[in-house]
Amino acid sequence: MTTAATTSTAGAGTGAADEAAGRLLQDTSLLRFATAGSVDDGKSTLVGRLLHDSKSVLADQLEAVEHASRSRGAAGPDLALLTDGLRAEREQGITIDVAYRYFATPRRRFILADTPGHVQYTRNMVTGASTAELAIILVDARNGVVEQTRRHAAVAALLRVPHVVLAVNKMDLVGYSEPVFAQIAEQFTAYAASLGVPEITAVPISALVGDNVVTPSEHMDWYSGPTVLEHLETVEVDHDPAGDVARFPVQYVIRPQTAEHPDYRGYAGQIASGVLRVGQPVTVLPSGRTSVIEGIDLLGQSVRQAWAPQSVTVRLADDLDVSRGDLIVPADDAPATGQDVTATVCHLHDTPLRVGQRVLLKHTTRTVKAIVKEIPSRLTLDDLSPHPEPGELVANDIGRVRIRTAEPLPLDPYALSRRTGSFLLIDPADGSTLTAGMSGDAFTGAAGAVRAAAGDTAQEDGWDF
Amino acid sequence: MTTSTEPTTGPAAAPDRTAGGPGASGTSQASENSGAAYALSHLDALESEAVHIFREVAGEFERPVILFSGGKDSIVMLHLALKAFAPAPVPFALLHVDTGHNFPEVLDYRDRVVAEHRLRLHVASVQEFIDRGELRERPDGTRNPLQTVPLLHAIETNRFDAVFGGGRRDEEKARAKERVFSLRDEFGGWDPRRQRPELWQLYNGRHAPGEHVRVFPLSNWTELDVWQYIAREKIELPAIYYAHTREVFKRNGMWLAPGGWGGPKDGETVQERQVRYRTVGDMSCTGAVDSDATTIEQVIAEIAASRLTERGATRADDKLSEAAMEDRKREGYF
Repeated sequence: MTTAATTSTAGAGTGAADEAAGRLLQDTSLLRFATAGSVDDGKSTLVGRLLHDSKSVLADQLEAVEHASRSRGAAGPDLALLTDGLRAEREQGITIDVAYRYFATPRRRFILADTPGHVQYTRNMVTGASTAELAIILVDARNGVVEQTRRHAAVAALLRVPHVVLAVNKMDLVGYSEPVFAQIAEQFTAYAASLGVPEITAVPISALVGDNVVTPSEHMDWYSGPTVLEHLETVEVDHDPAGDVARFPVQYVIRPQTAEHPDYRGYAGQIASGVLRVGQPVTVLPSGRTSVIEGIDLLGQSVRQAWAPQSVTVRLADDLDVSRGDLIVPADDAPATGQDVTATVCHLHDTPLRVGQRVLLKHTTRTVKAIVKEIPSRLTLDDLSPHPEPGELVANDIGRVRIRTAEPLPLDPYALSRRTGSFLLIDPADGSTLTAGMSGDAFTGAAGAVRAAAGDTAQEDGWDF
Repeated sequence: MTTSTEPTTGPAAAPDRTAGGPGASGTSQASENSGAAYALSHLDALESEAVHIFREVAGEFERPVILFSGGKDSIVMLHLALKAFAPAPVPFALLHVDTGHNFPEVLDYRDRVVAEHRLRLHVASVQEFIDRGELRERPDGTRNPLQTVPLLHAIETNRFDAVFGGGRRDEEKARAKERVFSLRDEFGGWDPRRQRPELWQLYNGRHAPGEHVRVFPLSNWTELDVWQYIAREKIELPAIYYAHTREVFKRNGMWLAPGGWGGPKDGETVQERQVRYRTVGDMSCTGAVDSDATTIEQVIAEIAASRLTERGATRADDKLSEAAMEDRKREGYF
């Protein structure tokens, strides 16, 4: 890179690293996952055990937990306290939606979005699931699939989390019974599959005892599948972006205008979906102007192609007027643009969302004025029953909305692209994030059908299940 | 400080990173699982995410600034910013909140980097506030908590609307719940009630006049990721991050360096030890650890084997109470 000066690492260059450090220097892959379940299901214990048994809890953290456990009268360290809340939360009786946990094994790096299950569960889980490639849903083996389990499955399906793990917990309390596990797994899998969850893995565990969390259980020789951690380490999360629509929202225009680079003009952004290639004919939305990708700079290196979610700078062959908020797409695979948005939303804010409300809509790198035209239905997640014309949506409500935007937007159906099918509604008065939206149909109709109907979602009515 | 793994003359002439990768050089996709061919390593994924955050701020804010202490996290932030906007210069200034208890090696480093990249540096000096009587020295001599007032003053007088911090969520449990875009009120305070849900990669940076947003591009990085990235990118660090011989004395179980800030006190004896620093902050409360690690590979091996978090090992201020960091954050600390 031309802004860069080459220097050497201080103290380095004294020969090869030892073997252990060599392994540590290797790149591994990254898995973002979320957990869903209440305290009663043993979620905190499961998270604590994943962290503890994978040796991600260090001595001073464990010491703090032991100290807190003692001061609360517990005999041993309560692993659930590893994920304990802030004093502000306890004092104000609020819950900050998501706490992020980090751990690693030699095979993979993990980012866990740990969402509290008891309060504000829907908006918490929606938030955590929005970036997750995998969701762990906990059930208590004694209770099986209950209303809350169905809600969690519905959120995972709605947010299109590609992989779902059903952790059937407290197997020790049902005598490690295979039929109990098999019946719960079958019931859940049928339900989740009906919502369009593409992949479901069921694991019988006891988070308290440690069965099948990190190490294989000695009590369930009838189970030959992976432990929770083994599954997290090996689940295939790198799906082929070549099959996805290519979408490149422009974040920033790089124009150095220096003696070295008098004419450089690059469009900086993170590829939201698919693959970009040099030589590819492209259209810039919303202007509709066309050009060809002349070059792709991958953070200082020129590449022939780049893919989601790489951050790159794209150079076009023609001098077009491209700015932040524009979307660069393949000329032969452009999304329809329109001012009428039909979407499924989760309302996040404590003040309700109402018909007629004026909002800002943030889609990728573009924010436009919008108005809520209709709220055709609210959805009860327990049984997926629609309630027509609710008039408003309150915090944690899932509903359908119709929105009119001040300018045309190139929204993809969420089923086609999580990144370019999602948006936020923002309060123009104080900037609060009000609502999370997913364009198009709520649950799977097959993605192909969704795509075919993408052009006229405004005509589509009600729920697609 | 920025390097790439191969010599480059400019983006257009740079070598092809994906040669041999999927379709990159005309080779067929050999992998049966074609998804794996497009995989990103964890460092690539974290780097891409951080660059995206820098560019969002450049696109949406008027007057951003990068908090730069000369510590490894702020050095990595600057490196990412340089990459995010190349071949143009970084469109942000730097802000150093100077406690007056600096390691000289770190100040030298700071000044070299600023000159090398022709950056604009603001310094908010704790000492000046003390000299003017606007801040009072604490009995224990530590100045870390005193940084908040000069920081907020600098933000206000320069009208900074976005302030990049190197905080990571793995550092501490109050940070585990921090947003990437963290709204601060006109007093710089952090109100957990007003924090906005963050979904997908949609960051909401709207704020009222007088408010600002703290932005944490390294939110999802761990200490080990930072070191691995420093190794991969061959980023130069101040020498005190590597094992060296230094006079130290023991206080609260940590090796502190003597200096004008007030150590050692009676009954504390100075000795020479081979140490390195895991974090770099105010000299009065940043402890060194015993170490033989003179190369980055050895540092990484030591960190991976350590049974203490970096704050637990080296930060006296976080040992004060269970909620020490939370309290300081609410007052407007980093």
